[in-house]
Formats: sequence, structure tokens, C-alpha cells
Amino acid sequence: MSTASTALAEPRSGVRPAPAGRRTRLRMRRRTPLWLLIPAAAVLLPLFVYPIYQLGLLSVLDFRQAQVSGGQPTRFVGLDNYLTLLRDGKFWSVLLATVGFAAACVAATLAVGAALAVLLTRVSRWPGYALSLAAMAAWAAPAITGSTVWMFLFDANLGLVNQVLGLDGHNWTYDRYSTFALVGAAVVWHSFPFVMVTLYAGIRAIPEQMLEAAALDGASHWRSFWQIVVPMIRPLLVIVVIQSIIWDFKVFTQIYVMTGGGGIAGQNLTLNVYAYQQAFAASEYGLGSAIGVVMMLILLVVTLLYLRALRRGGEPL
Amino acid sequence: MTTGSWWRRAADLTATVVALVTVFPIYWMLLSALKPAGEMQSLSQRPWTLAPTLDHFRRVLGAEDFGRYLVNSLLVALAVVALSGLVAFLAAVALTRFRFRFRSTILVMFLVAQMVPIEALTIPLFFLIRDVGAVVPEVGLNTLGSLVLVHLAFSLPFAVWMLRGFVAAIPEELEEAAMLDGASRRTVLWRILFPLVAPGLAATSVFSFITAWNDFLFARTFIISATDNQTLPMALLVFFKPDENDWGGIMAASVLMTVPVLIFFILVQKRLVSGLGGAVKD
Repeated sequence: MSTASTALAEPRSGVRPAPAGRRTRLRMRRRTPLWLLIPAAAVLLPLFVYPIYQLGLLSVLDFRQAQVSGGQPTRFVGLDNYLTLLRDGKFWSVLLATVGFAAACVAATLAVGAALAVLLTRVSRWPGYALSLAAMAAWAAPAITGSTVWMFLFDANLGLVNQVLGLDGHNWTYDRYSTFALVGAAVVWHSFPFVMVTLYAGIRAIPEQMLEAAALDGASHWRSFWQIVVPMIRPLLVIVVIQSIIWDFKVFTQIYVMTGGGGIAGQNLTLNVYAYQQAFAASEYGLGSAIGVVMMLILLVVTLLYLRALRRGGEPL
Repeated sequence: MTTGSWWRRAADLTATVVALVTVFPIYWMLLSALKPAGEMQSLSQRPWTLAPTLDHFRRVLGAEDFGRYLVNSLLVALAVVALSGLVAFLAAVALTRFRFRFRSTILVMFLVAQMVPIEALTIPLFFLIRDVGAVVPEVGLNTLGSLVLVHLAFSLPFAVWMLRGFVAAIPEELEEAAMLDGASRRTVLWRILFPLVAPGLAATSVFSFITAWNDFLFARTFIISATDNQTLPMALLVFFKPDENDWGGIMAASVLMTVPVLIFFILVQKRLVSGLGGAVKD
């Protein structure tokens, strides 16, 4: 989140005059400030880094209920868990569903968020204020309570939506795609505000004179939008897209809560929920970990793209 | 000019409609929590109620030990906020005020950490917490301590990343002047930097608070038998019954869980945006 907008502040930092010699000498403290970093390391190494290593380790073990309770010794099985996944039709269908679901959510979030960001630059004070506040509320609402209220709105009998549409008793969570659409709506509702706020800030940061000059030169609104505004916020756009991909690929709460842990016969599983269910519902801890590793690798690729985009956007690291 | 004002009016109308649609689920949550049970069961729900009642809230807070869960959630979230604020502040100072060898690498690591699918890490963490609990029972399975630990770890990377912007925005001249006046490094850190970063720390805290407050996955995974140590989100799921969902109860519980976060968010909204902007003006 923070990264998105640091790019905005970028032009500002160059303004200050170059520091004098004395100041640079004080500023460039080259010693490693270990005592400042030790607390963070003490938390992150055992609770973040080590579990990642453990996840990888578990994924090459035969680790099930018998091994958890100590009834049988843990066995190294190499890539067997991964081979099981490759041969498992369910895994491929879940992977496909995850990618499709994430792609749809990202596209919808961006379309809504970007359209509203542009809209915000055109409205009067109060409607703009109302929209920002409403978006803040949707953003702040915990994923779990957002899920419960969307479920209630779409409840078969008591839900407002069915009553208004006259679809009495229609269950939105029977069909695979309508379930995904419903969950997707709740996800987009929760995540478009970030896109809207970030892009709005980006558009506002464009110097007024630039647009005025374009207008004086006879450029239409339309033209200056596509030829000035869009190129100017391009780095931000890239960041917002990749952040959204990462978030939507990892959606857990909404799927888990709204579909009761993966939908009828697991038709609404995504990788994240699938990994969790394999481990804790089916006691296939090794297999669950292998799914986790696959997810991690996919996200790593996206992350590398993200880092490249940040560098291009001028994020100073 | 006339076309201009026509466009403006259309934009205003659209913005208002979108705002209403966006806020509607939250309005519906609040309204349903206040509706009497009879209206909740009705097959023609109305978007208002003439007889608001606190019945659902009373039932939720009384019958199901909800009050205890609320306190548990608060305890965990506040502990996480305090600890993660402190640790993140120190790390953020190190990463903005010093130039050392692996600085960029560490920064990139903090960024990459935000992409890790935390849900998948529940598997190794479950065993880690189980094993740790055999030695230190206070942070083993079924304890609030275990939840504090994992949320501390998962809120830290973002907190550091965000605080970095706030620390960087404070002119270094202030510290240098103090150092030249003979102040020790510790004095500079706690008497000068800390108070100046405090507003940023508040904004960062909101995110740490939300991370801990919203979580139901770790609560579900770690708190197996000790129902006394359950947190709010899990309690909320209790109201889902296989045959008939108690929507009044669910909505009342949802309101209780949403309102604190909503208030926090709105309070620090301005700071949040400036914090995200990486620039603090005041």
C-alpha cells in the first residue's frame, strides 16, 4: 500500500538543496545498527522465515495423522507430494479456478476503482466526500463481517436481493459460477477503495499547469486524459495492478466463510483454501504444504514483476 | 458552460448513487441488527424499521460468552499494536537513518514478506506453536499468547514499510542539532524521533490492529479446545447453524466487530492517506 504512493512524493524529495559536508558526514552512519534490528529479527526469523523453511520441508515428507500423533515415523518422500498434485485432476481444476477468479476480481476491482478515481476528480465537494467516506467504510469493514452481510443480502429466503428480484428460495451458492460471482462481488467491494484512493491521489498530483497548457493548445479533455493523465499515473497503475493480483490470488476469508470452506463438493475451492483443507480437514499435512509451496512460487514470480515495476516507478530502496 | 454544468451534475449524481450502493451493506448490517426478530423472519424485508430494539445485541452479548471473546480479541489486538509499534519503530529508524551493507536487501525482504500466503503458513506454524507450547505453555496451542506472536510477525513487515516513510519525513537536522548539543543516541531516539513519529505510529497501528482483530484463521487453527480463549470472529461463526442461520445474531455480532475498526479507520483517515503518501507535512 505504502509503496504505491511513495512514487507520488518522489518529485518533492529532490527539491532540498544538497547538504553541506558536515551533514553528510553525520548522516552516512555506515555501522550496521544491530541493536535496532535485533528485535525485528527476533520476531521474524522464528515466526516468519523458519515457518517458510518448514513449509518446504513438510512438502517433501509423508506427514499425516499417524505421523502427527507419533504413531508412525516421518518419512522422506522426495517429490512424491508434488507428483500426486500433478496427477490430481482436482488440483488442476482448483488452480484454474484460482487464476480465473483472481483475474476476474482484479479486472473488476481496477475497472471500478479507476472509473471512480476519475469520477472523483469531476464531482462537487459533497458527493465526492460521500463517495470517499462510503469507500473508506467498505475498505475498513473486516473481511469476515463483509462476508456475513453479503451472505445475508443474498440469503435464499430472507435475503433482500431475492425478495426484491422475486427469486424466492433461489440459492446463489448452489451453482459454482454464481457462487464465485457472489464471493467476487464481496471481494471487489472490499478492495476497490484502495485502487480508487491511490489513483485519485495520483491524478491530483499531476501539475495543474500541465493540463492547462494542454487545454490552451486545444487538446480536448478526452485527449489530455489519455495523453497526459494516463502516462503520468502509469507507474502507479502498474503497482496497483500487481498489488491487486497478489491480494486476489490469496483471497481466503471470503471464500472460506461464504462458501462454508470451499462450496458444495469443493467446487469453490481456491489454492489457499485447498491447502488449508488438505492439511487440517484431511490431515494430509505434506500434501497441503506442497500446495502452499506451489502458491508461494507463483506469488514469487508476481513479486519479482512487482519489484521491477517499483524500480521503474522510481521507488528508492 | 451549460454542457459543463450538465456533466458536473451527472457526475455528482453518479457519485452519490455509487456512495449509497457502497455503504448499503453496512447500513443493512446495522439495520438488521436493530430489527425485531419478527421483522427479521419476514419474507418481505423493509429497508427501515419502526421498532428498533437491542434484543439481538443483548442475546449475543449474554448467551454465547460473546463478551469474553470481545475482551480476548481486544487483548490480542492491543498487545500486537504495542509490540509491533515498538519493534517496527526501531527497525524503521535503522533502515532510514543508517546506510549499511544489507540495507536494500532487508528492505526488499520486508516487501516480499507482504506477498507470502500467510494462510499456507498455518501448517508449519501449527506444529511450531505446538512444540513451543510444550516448553513455554503461555504461547502454546489454545492460548491468546500464540495469537499475539503470529500476528506480531505478520503485521511487522507492513508496519516497518509504512513507518519508514514517516521516519524519512522528519528532517535529520533536528537529530543532528541535538547530537551536537551533546544528547546521547538514546535520547535522540526516544525524546526526539519517537514523539515526532507518533502520528505515523498511530496510522500504522491501525493496520496492525486490523490484522489481529480481523483474523479468524489462526484463532480457528490454534484455539482448539480452550473455548475460553476464543476470539470474536470464531464466535461470530458460531451463529451459523446448519439448518437455520440466526441472521439477527450474526448481524449484531458483525456490527460489534465492525464498529471499532470503522471508528479507528475514520479517526486516522487523514493520517493514513498522508502516511501512504510517504510525506507528512505537519
